[in-house]
Amino acid sequence: MIEWMPLDTWIVVVGALCAMACALPGCFLLLRQMSMMGDAISHAVLPGLAVAFLVSGSRSSFGMFVGAAIVGVLTALFTQWVSRFGQVDRGASMGVVFTTLFAIGLLILVQAADKVDLDPGCVLYGAIEFTPLDTVAIFGFDIPRAAAVLASVLVINLAVVLLLFKELRLSAFDPELATTVGVNATAMHYLLMTLTAITTVASFEAVGSIIVIAMLIVPPATAFLLTRSLPAMLIISLITAAVSAWLGHVMALTVPTWFGFEGTSTAGMMALAAGLLFLAAWVLAPSDGLLSRLRQNHRSLRTPDFPTTG
Amino acid sequence: MTTVLTQLAGEGASLADALRVLLLEDYNTRLVVLSTAMLGLASGFIGSFLLLRERSLMGDALSHATLPGIGIAFMLMVVAGGSGKNLPLLLAGAAIFGVLGVGLVLAIRETTRLKDDAAMGIVLSVFFGAGVAILGMAQAMPEGSAAGLESFIYGKTASMVLADFTLIAVVAIIVLIACLLMLKEFTLLAFDEGYAAAQGWPVRTLDMLMLALVAAVTVIGLQAVGLILVIALLITPAAAARFWTHDLRRMLLIAGFIGAASGWIGASLSALAPRMPAGAVIVLVAAGLFALSMAFGPARGVLIRGLRHLHVKRKIGRQHLLRAAYELLESRRHPETELVHNTPIAVAELQTYRSWSPSELRRLLRTALWEDHVDQLDPRTIRLSESGFGEAARITRNHRLWELFLIHYADIAPSHVDRDADMVEHVLGPDIVRQLESNLDGPIQPLAVPPSPHDLSAAGATP
Repeated sequence: MIEWMPLDTWIVVVGALCAMACALPGCFLLLRQMSMMGDAISHAVLPGLAVAFLVSGSRSSFGMFVGAAIVGVLTALFTQWVSRFGQVDRGASMGVVFTTLFAIGLLILVQAADKVDLDPGCVLYGAIEFTPLDTVAIFGFDIPRAAAVLASVLVINLAVVLLLFKELRLSAFDPELATTVGVNATAMHYLLMTLTAITTVASFEAVGSIIVIAMLIVPPATAFLLTRSLPAMLIISLITAAVSAWLGHVMALTVPTWFGFEGTSTAGMMALAAGLLFLAAWVLAPSDGLLSRLRQNHRSLRTPDFPTTG
Repeated sequence: MTTVLTQLAGEGASLADALRVLLLEDYNTRLVVLSTAMLGLASGFIGSFLLLRERSLMGDALSHATLPGIGIAFMLMVVAGGSGKNLPLLLAGAAIFGVLGVGLVLAIRETTRLKDDAAMGIVLSVFFGAGVAILGMAQAMPEGSAAGLESFIYGKTASMVLADFTLIAVVAIIVLIACLLMLKEFTLLAFDEGYAAAQGWPVRTLDMLMLALVAAVTVIGLQAVGLILVIALLITPAAAARFWTHDLRRMLLIAGFIGAASGWIGASLSALAPRMPAGAVIVLVAAGLFALSMAFGPARGVLIRGLRHLHVKRKIGRQHLLRAAYELLESRRHPETELVHNTPIAVAELQTYRSWSPSELRRLLRTALWEDHVDQLDPRTIRLSESGFGEAARITRNHRLWELFLIHYADIAPSHVDRDADMVEHVLGPDIVRQLESNLDGPIQPLAVPPSPHDLSAAGATP
């Protein structure tokens, strides 16, 4: 049916690495009720990208990464300031901060339009389809640059989560208790924000912000519905993230052919695939799913038990 | 139609140009400025309710959720044989998916343990991803050209036509009227959803209605300022208005005004300067107004709260100093008359009385000198001034009244009342003090003031 080529394997690998890297900080963001932070950061880094690009003059440089990561952390900092000093609801302060930063970034980009070909659309959609073409040699193998970068980010995120698991867990569930037992909840907050910013920016060039936002939120939310234990949630979200990437690419290749098209954006489909997995968990989750809730309601009404068909 | 923007690109703006833009003499500028101002007004109104419901980011979720609707509407039109560029139909598609997205957010929130933010994030990212995938297909359609659909993401303010203006004006007026008609219901919903439900209001219907209005503003805003920046108009003016007032009606007006001003000023600026995208400039003007409000807003601005904090801190410092001084004087009360005399006090003595740091005490004394509560006799000795002595007696008395109240009526052990009294005495108003006096009439002696040596009953005895 579809012709699966080595190129497709690489696309799935890059997507899966990115999705898994995002899912780890995403779980903690979800528990802290800060899921929208990924969305905010990914919009707000635009001025960082723009300035770094103007300064360094190249599009795939380390400077761009640093610039965007700095602005990413600043987004979290500004949001904190506005909500603390201005006593503004956190969602609103996030909204004020990221829209302002995005507008500044847009303005810089348009002002410098002659010198730059940094398309905001490129930041948004990414170009995961082309990542296998840009390779670096590692240990004698040609590996897509994006795969190498995202693998390192995944390793960093894994290392931080494993090393600071206790601290992260405590400060996610009970920041006050964390502070009293000597865990610096503020430091944990900014560590998490830094991880989110680094992951977001590293994924940007390769896969665009759509996958990043989706993978920061949706696989952790799916896992959250399936378990109540944090280690299990982390593992399930990693698996869901990887499956979303694979399923998304398969969907990008197959679904359009049903309607007579050749193919479509893999990034968009990966987000959609994550959404479908979430939908499945939402309906079918063993104890919290819609179906089992329905069944429990029937039982509590003492009506005869009958198999519910979906 | 040439836009002001392109006209000015070469020569830069002169004063005449500026006047022409500000006075709305240019047809195109007039459309753009009036449209964005009306959009700002409407989104300021509805955004205020969102802010009070702590749902500011709903506009974000909603605006991203519209994308698949735009793509699907386009494809259906092309399949039906059109060009796919019918604006009302595209907007209808956007609105349907916007409402669908909002419905899903509410459904996720109601039926899972997930919170608002996660529900919004899921809908936002999945719908947007689906939209991108659908547009990816639409762009491959040979019959129609999907180019230009992207203007929904970044806006196309500068090239607005009369039809856009009419649409924005109609929707904005509908939203304003709906907000005014439903003012009572929305207010109740914003402040106490549970109470509203208990009173029998159709909470869920009202919620959907409010979000439908948000959807309407978002969808028309997509055209004017673009998908990502329309969010700013829903959030920033409302958040700025919150600094100016505690009254909801006034907040709506102020938010509407800030939104309209952002649209007006932003669109004018972008018409004046070459290469200033209107959406971005409008957002930055709104952000500037937000920053001003946050700093200087009289209701909860940073400056006013800082001043209030400073005032209270100073008051507390003064009260501590004067009470310490009075209690020191009290300890060397005259053995026979039991009267407290205003004798000089050594600074070192004060220092040991409360655990002040030397610099803290110096600062307190400096303030007290300036307020004319103490006189400096020599570098190491002070004395309470006449007014300071009276104030010190009053403050000490209030403190004792409150302590006695706690002992008698709150059953707190005498050894524990000092700290509690300390917490409260600084906010005691004269009314409360009077009430304390009447409550505690028995156990407390009136403030010791020596009896008059002469008869006061004769009229005119005191000059």
